[in-house]
Amino acid sequence: MADIQLTDLVKSYGPTEVLHHVAGDIKDGEFIVIVGPSGCGKSTLLRMVAGLESVTSGEIAIGGRRVNELEPSARDIAMVFQNYALYPHMSVRQNMAYGLKIRKLPKDEINRRVEEAAEILEIKQYLDRKPRQLSGGQRQRVAMGRAIVRDPQVFLFDEPLSNLDAKLRVQMRLEIRKLQQRLGVTSIYVTHDQVEAMTLGDRLMVLNGGYVEQFGTPIELYDRPASVFVAGFIGSPSMNFLPVEVSGSQAALPGGGALSVVSAHSGTATLGLRPEHLNEDENGPIAIEVDMLEQLGANTLIHGRLHGTEHSITASVPGHAHDGIGSIRRFSASPDLTHLFDTGSGKRLEI
Amino acid sequence: MVEHRPLTAFLTHLVLILGVFAIALPVWITFVASTHDELRMNQAPLPLWPGEYFLENMKQTLFGSGLSGTEQAPVWLMLLNSLAMALMISTGKIAISLLSAFAIVYFKFPFRMGFFWMIFITLMLPVEVRILPTFEVVANLGMLNSYWGLSIPLIASATATFMFRQVFLTVPDELLESARIDGAGPLRFFFDILLPLSRTNIAALFVILFIFGWNQYLWPLLITTDTSMTTIVMSIKQMLEAAEQSPQWNIIMTTALLAMIPPVFVVIAMQKLFVQGLTETDK
Repeated sequence: MADIQLTDLVKSYGPTEVLHHVAGDIKDGEFIVIVGPSGCGKSTLLRMVAGLESVTSGEIAIGGRRVNELEPSARDIAMVFQNYALYPHMSVRQNMAYGLKIRKLPKDEINRRVEEAAEILEIKQYLDRKPRQLSGGQRQRVAMGRAIVRDPQVFLFDEPLSNLDAKLRVQMRLEIRKLQQRLGVTSIYVTHDQVEAMTLGDRLMVLNGGYVEQFGTPIELYDRPASVFVAGFIGSPSMNFLPVEVSGSQAALPGGGALSVVSAHSGTATLGLRPEHLNEDENGPIAIEVDMLEQLGANTLIHGRLHGTEHSITASVPGHAHDGIGSIRRFSASPDLTHLFDTGSGKRLEI
Repeated sequence: MVEHRPLTAFLTHLVLILGVFAIALPVWITFVASTHDELRMNQAPLPLWPGEYFLENMKQTLFGSGLSGTEQAPVWLMLLNSLAMALMISTGKIAISLLSAFAIVYFKFPFRMGFFWMIFITLMLPVEVRILPTFEVVANLGMLNSYWGLSIPLIASATATFMFRQVFLTVPDELLESARIDGAGPLRFFFDILLPLSRTNIAALFVILFIFGWNQYLWPLLITTDTSMTTIVMSIKQMLEAAEQSPQWNIIMTTALLAMIPPVFVVIAMQKLFVQGLTETDK
């Protein structure tokens, strides 16, 4: 078990810098999820921690020990790959034992660890099969087993669930979380799926274009997103954004009307409203011209435009709503559930 | 497209049967000729059914002096020579091309592409083209009339290097990364992961190269003068021209039959791997 410090990490390919001064402290036993859209550098960051990519500048320390120059095998980490990367010609048992065999552990110790891991992951009956005889979910378990038997200081997961079907993904997600809590091993998990990120992580690092947008707990990210990007990325359906004029505690909406906000700012800003924080209210200032309804069962998503403008806006209302396309429905929002962002930089405007 | 019409079925079968016949007939003639005595083989018409001298011919060919009235090595020695040459060529070629392909695919070193193209260019220089300088080198190294001289000049193989390069390129990078995390060094990765994964390709190549080595004619002819180093393929030709008498077809054909056995055996023994190696793309 160990903590990890990332200090001012930079990664460049030739003249192109792909990761810009990434920093963060990961505590012992924490489950960190690195999340962001494709190409944001999240896998690169993980591979740098693993030692599969070199570090251009900055420092990675695992358990207080600088590991920049160490080979992956010397960093005491274990990695689970997206396509599992099992050795196709070895049985499940050999796959899991390979790293231990190289480390010249005694045979009975290797056997003990493999059996133990197989027990935890419920893959005992597959130990003598080849990877190609296993289903995707079983291969995933074997890949995790291979990580567990090494008893590493850090687990690294590189989008391990993206090759599984939706149902299995939810199940494996829970299992990974339970396993990590049981073993208490510091873990870094990369995904592009924000639901996966929210449910798994103790803390989330949101990356965008090689910059860390925000690093915090899922609830912090949801309640107080640091930028328009984080606000739009976290939460489903994603947040609505409207250009507003703020004066005092009133934000003037583009189609007329004003909404109370908590702000010391005045002038133009971007107002963020989560669909689930819009409440139907006959006298509410937000008028939505309904274009489309999405029935989700427990609630209904109302897609439309802010009345009199072209700004699209989505609201989530409880229960069923069957008609009303083309009609205008009015909503209000509680001031403490509104978010204001700087129009230029996209950063959150604090009070 | 698969069609099921009687006429096409008949035609395709006819073509196939004719093909089998065209290939099998000379082999049959060879076999028949090896079962008659010398006298019968020099009378027209040629026999089409086996006679009763097979064992006798076999004995004389393998362990006797072979062709009477010449100073040839016994055929078993020639078979051994051929076998040694073919094995050395095929294993040597496979070992060298595996290593060079490994270097080219997995290591970054200066002039990597330069070396790659140098190997590529040797495709244009088969033995026949460079025969004089190669002979000179082999002679200066004192490798005439030796197994080394027979095999080493034929060992470098651009084709095999390319094939293994392609095979290695299909191995996912994650396997290498995963092996690195497991602590496997380059050689360990090569022996534990790459070799087993290329098993079928190695087998396929071995079959091709074994036959290539077995059938070498020009090169052994040039560098062996000692009859104890004669290979079987070159000896068949020599037998035809041996002495002033008419060719002893029964002995020559028995030798030819014996010369066919090892390649056929290799093909049959490795057939399954051979087909997998040429068709399998998935790693």
